[in-house]
Amino acid sequence: MSSELLEKLKENVIQGRKTREDIGIDEALNGTPGVVELTDEILETDTPVEAIIADGLTAGMKVVGEKFSTKEYFIPDMLASAEAVGAAMEILKPHLEAASVETKGKMVIATVKGDIHDIGKNIVAIMLRGSGYEVIDLGIDVPEDRIIEAVRDEKPDFLGLSALLTTTMTEMPVVIQALEAAGLRKNVNVVIGGAAVSDEYAGEIGADAFAADAFAAVRVMEDMEKVPS
Amino acid sequence: MTRAGTLIDDPRRRLTEAQVQQIHDASIAILQEPGLLCFNKQAAAIFRESGAEVKEVGGAARPSWTLKLPEKLVSDAVARAPSEITLGARNPDNALVMKGDEPRVYYITGSETNTWLDVAFEEYASTKDSSKKVRLPQFRPHRGTVADLCASAHVCEHLDTVDGYIRTVNIQDKEINNDNKDVNKFFASLNNTTKHVMSGLTNLNQLDNVVRMAELVAGGPDKLKANPLISFITCLVKSPLQFVDDTTETYIELCRRALPVVVSSSPQAGTSAPIKEAGIMAQINAEVLAGITLGQLVNPGAPVLYGSVPVRARMDTLGDSYGAIETTQYNIDCVQMARYYNIPNYSTSGVCDPKIPGQQSTVERLFSNILTTLAGPQFLHCAFGLLDGNSVFCLLQAVLDDAHFAMIRHFLRAPKVDNTELETVMKQIAATVATPQKMFINYIRPVLRSGELSPPYLFESEGDNVFALANERLQALLARPVDHIDAATTTKIYEEIPGLLPGLNVYQGGEIA
Repeated sequence: MSSELLEKLKENVIQGRKTREDIGIDEALNGTPGVVELTDEILETDTPVEAIIADGLTAGMKVVGEKFSTKEYFIPDMLASAEAVGAAMEILKPHLEAASVETKGKMVIATVKGDIHDIGKNIVAIMLRGSGYEVIDLGIDVPEDRIIEAVRDEKPDFLGLSALLTTTMTEMPVVIQALEAAGLRKNVNVVIGGAAVSDEYAGEIGADAFAADAFAAVRVMEDMEKVPS
Repeated sequence: MTRAGTLIDDPRRRLTEAQVQQIHDASIAILQEPGLLCFNKQAAAIFRESGAEVKEVGGAARPSWTLKLPEKLVSDAVARAPSEITLGARNPDNALVMKGDEPRVYYITGSETNTWLDVAFEEYASTKDSSKKVRLPQFRPHRGTVADLCASAHVCEHLDTVDGYIRTVNIQDKEINNDNKDVNKFFASLNNTTKHVMSGLTNLNQLDNVVRMAELVAGGPDKLKANPLISFITCLVKSPLQFVDDTTETYIELCRRALPVVVSSSPQAGTSAPIKEAGIMAQINAEVLAGITLGQLVNPGAPVLYGSVPVRARMDTLGDSYGAIETTQYNIDCVQMARYYNIPNYSTSGVCDPKIPGQQSTVERLFSNILTTLAGPQFLHCAFGLLDGNSVFCLLQAVLDDAHFAMIRHFLRAPKVDNTELETVMKQIAATVATPQKMFINYIRPVLRSGELSPPYLFESEGDNVFALANERLQALLARPVDHIDAATTTKIYEEIPGLLPGLNVYQGGEIA
């Protein structure tokens, strides 16, 4: 029974159907339970949380990734699936804590002060949630003191800073210097992204990594170690 | 069902109504003074019997006549020309319905070139660093063959934007002569495409055989009449203002039999027509009107297309410059003139000056293809694969052109804006601005696979591999089978029609295909 439900969960991740109302690619699934409803249903069985993640969510995202790499899927498909997985992870969060299952990590993400562009940052957040990360999104035009406060309070493994403009990218070293001044720099990996910045710039300002897009962000973070708690 | 073509909502016009009228008036005046020189005896007699002023001027060695056509003779004849012409097809769903007052554009191949351009890819290494290598196309010309014609028809059968097929290459195999060229070029074309087939006729003596072949393919004389799956191009008026003997003879016979035919005129601004736009327009219009008049005098109601292939001269060679901006201007003017007479227009675009595919060919052909399409001609020929003016055909270029025409067609879709659509998107806007992320991405998916969104450029890749990718598509299309004429009909055709090359019979080996 649970394996059948896990298979359905995986299929709905592939279809990018978060809820019953969502329309995926296969019209036959219209009106049937989506990832959220199926996750709730599976939790009522004795299925371990790890199995829900591995055999349902991650297995589904693996297929989505393959379809994307063969150009059968496009970014909106990836994001729909990632959003569905992100919603499932929210449901699973208390169960993961209760079962002492470690997540892949926590990220605080923000578009820096003076910059209101957030499409890329939002896509990164969706993709990371879909990949099993916990993401706290501070939004746009975020001053360094709010970022420092969030790092101090949330104790994230990663801090994501985004800037589109050449005029706002200079806020990134300001944040990194503020982290150092607050004694928090060693506690967090700083990943920067956005059209204005580059790998070279990341090195110049003392960031730990640069991610060119959402896929790169997932890759970069999976290659980085979580900060030991 | 017939082919949809591309309907232009609001056709592009260059000439004002007054200018159209002025060109018409000038053309009528030209037909009276200086009139035309006619090298065809039959045409001279037809014009004389119809009230034109005809005077013999040539000697016995080369008889010729001057023609002065009264305005009423021309206007009455033009009024009799049909405003709607259907060009049938082996697959009736591929038929083309052209109305003189409806700007529905069909994209057609053509026209006949002597040279075929093959492509092969070779690897080159940097002279500074031999580990750096690139694969580049090498283009190799050869004289056109029957096999080339088959391959061209085969690929064009599979290119979605090709609405009809004009034979692309002059077949010059050693087995081909003036007596069997027509039957072989029509059979090679008809056997490899189910779309409409148009061609010139090399030898009027072969018309019976060609028509009989078409009747066998269509299923009988009546069925060919209802579904005219072949048609003809005639350049009966050589610029400036001269009825050529042999093509005029052919044209008269085609009109007598009511076979669809293009009255094509191709003056060159600067040499065979005035360099000024007003001049070439007044002259080409006079030439086409003279041809249409003759056809309607022969057989009132005979289906004729207003054929325009105007071109400007290159100043460095005085050769044709299809890439010249003015050439596109003339073509758009001609579309307007044909529409003025309510006669379907055979127009020209996509021809270019360079000898091989490349950036110049892309720029020149896209320029003329887009703008001429917007003018709304019914039958837009020369649109695929032609290079070096009208002298080279390259199948790779035709595959590239197909991708470009798909883009043009997508652009010309009617806007989808109505109250239902607006109601839907207003809800999306209200719902999305209320979310923290304010992104509309979730609404993309329902339209992602509906065909509503234009796809990326078909040959997009990292690095510049456009030609290599187009060649991959070309090879895939060649490998994809086509629907040949059935075995029984093929047998009948080979029994009744003399001169067909045995290698074209796909049921008997088909070495040529």
